[in-house]
Amino acid sequence: MPRTVIAAAHLAKRYRSTVAIDDVSLEVVEGEIFGLIGPNGAGKTTTMECLQGHRRQDAGTISVLGLDPQRDTAALRQRIGVQHQEAHLQKRIKVWEAVDLWSSLYARVVDTEALLVRLGLEAKRNAWFMTLSGGQKQRLFIALALIHEPELVFLDELTTGLDPQARRTIWDLITGIRDRGATVFLTTHLMEEAERLCDRVAIIEHGRVIEMGAPQELVRKHCPERRVVFTSNDERAAERFASLAVLRSVSSTGLVHTLRGEGDDFVTHVINFIAHEQLHVTGFRTEIPTLEDVFLKLTGRGIRD
Amino acid sequence: MLRGFWKLTWVEIKVFVREPMGVAGSLLIPVVLFVLMGRTIGINRPVVPDGIARTPPFNVAILAAVLIAIGAVQSLVAIIAIYREGGILKRLRATPLSPVTILGAHVAVKLAFTVVSLLLMILAGRRLFPGVLQVNVFSFAAALVLSTLSILSLGFVIASVVPTARFAQPVSAVVLYPMLALSGLFVPLERLPAALRSCAQLLPLTHSVSLLQGVWDGTGWGAHWGNVVALTVIFVCCTALSTRVFRWE
Repeated sequence: MPRTVIAAAHLAKRYRSTVAIDDVSLEVVEGEIFGLIGPNGAGKTTTMECLQGHRRQDAGTISVLGLDPQRDTAALRQRIGVQHQEAHLQKRIKVWEAVDLWSSLYARVVDTEALLVRLGLEAKRNAWFMTLSGGQKQRLFIALALIHEPELVFLDELTTGLDPQARRTIWDLITGIRDRGATVFLTTHLMEEAERLCDRVAIIEHGRVIEMGAPQELVRKHCPERRVVFTSNDERAAERFASLAVLRSVSSTGLVHTLRGEGDDFVTHVINFIAHEQLHVTGFRTEIPTLEDVFLKLTGRGIRD
Repeated sequence: MLRGFWKLTWVEIKVFVREPMGVAGSLLIPVVLFVLMGRTIGINRPVVPDGIARTPPFNVAILAAVLIAIGAVQSLVAIIAIYREGGILKRLRATPLSPVTILGAHVAVKLAFTVVSLLLMILAGRRLFPGVLQVNVFSFAAALVLSTLSILSLGFVIASVVPTARFAQPVSAVVLYPMLALSGLFVPLERLPAALRSCAQLLPLTHSVSLLQGVWDGTGWGAHWGNVVALTVIFVCCTALSTRVFRWE
């Protein structure tokens, strides 16, 4: 049974009249990548800042690595790594200077040269922060978050604004953090990112956690529908599928037919049926719902900003 | 966290020096002003450009010294505002560094540059106006450091309330320059209306000018202990106030 790293129960936080988080409960276990997902303004960052001890919650209890973030802030800072959303450093600080400064602040520090190599920053050692690309800046922030070999790493909207290539590099790095034994807690509003990266996610909206689980589980639970879209010049194609028991509905536009059913076996049934009926098919694709569909269904809206 | 303090101070010094405009603005402009005004109106002795002796209307060296202090404060307010806007303060705060260390490093940098600027001014003065700058350099520097510290603490209050980096420059100018007008450097305090005079007594710059003038005249610290106390009280009050109102993000 893996150790619980974060346990938060019924967190609430308001800023004057605005409710930032209303009721957030979650548990994160050792060695997983946990994603807090939701639209901007849903309360992701506030939740994360309460867990880091950066903000005091109005209500609810938090335990991070067995510590109380408000009471044991100093001890916690030695054991967690953080990266903030849209953060900057001094414009004219050099990469090695930032790494050197940060490594002077912690009791235990990793081999910083090896860390720079791992993050692909060794050629940028003497570059000013302002001259780095977006992806390089984020990699530097990851380096600073990892410099003291934390047991738990918080990453807030790490890939926002990065091009797809830089984003994929960051994804590999995050997976690498987990594979080295640390736990990762991240926020994102990119569903694809959450689905690819996270072992478990919590969906947050209007300051409340509305669902939590592994991405695939959530898809199975909330969006069991599978669709097969195929093209056939057989005029009676749609009719012939009427005898397929697992089929729930079929709709056609010209030669393109869409079959809907439920469960993982649906696609197999359709393929077997086509083979059995010797139907002439010129195009065939499956549509499997994603985390984004789950999100749309649960919140009634997509993630946009 | 002494190691972190020195590292951060050293990094901030390097970062500051890498911005040529900032260095020229806060380090050299008071020195250049000192030289130009010393040439045209004299430091503290009458100049005789066309046979008619003119007494300088105010002490140019003291004006340059308080301009150094004001420059340091303006630069600090701007830096704090920029760091806050860019989330740099927030990121530093998430490290084991204490808040006092983070802000203390900035104060240390500003004091260091104040002393450097003053030394440049005195070197230039000794060379260009021989025999005029007879002041005790250490005593003058100590008075200026105390003054800068006191005005910096007021700067922290300003830095706590300016909403964005864009506002930092005008807001600090609006607060600091009237202080200079009331400081007693240009118009003796006795000639100010009573209301303005008591207002001037609350401002750190008034006491700075009085203390620096005392050190310049050779009357020394003993005769100006009231100014020293006032500067210290302002420092303590403003520091206490800014710990309550300072915003990290």
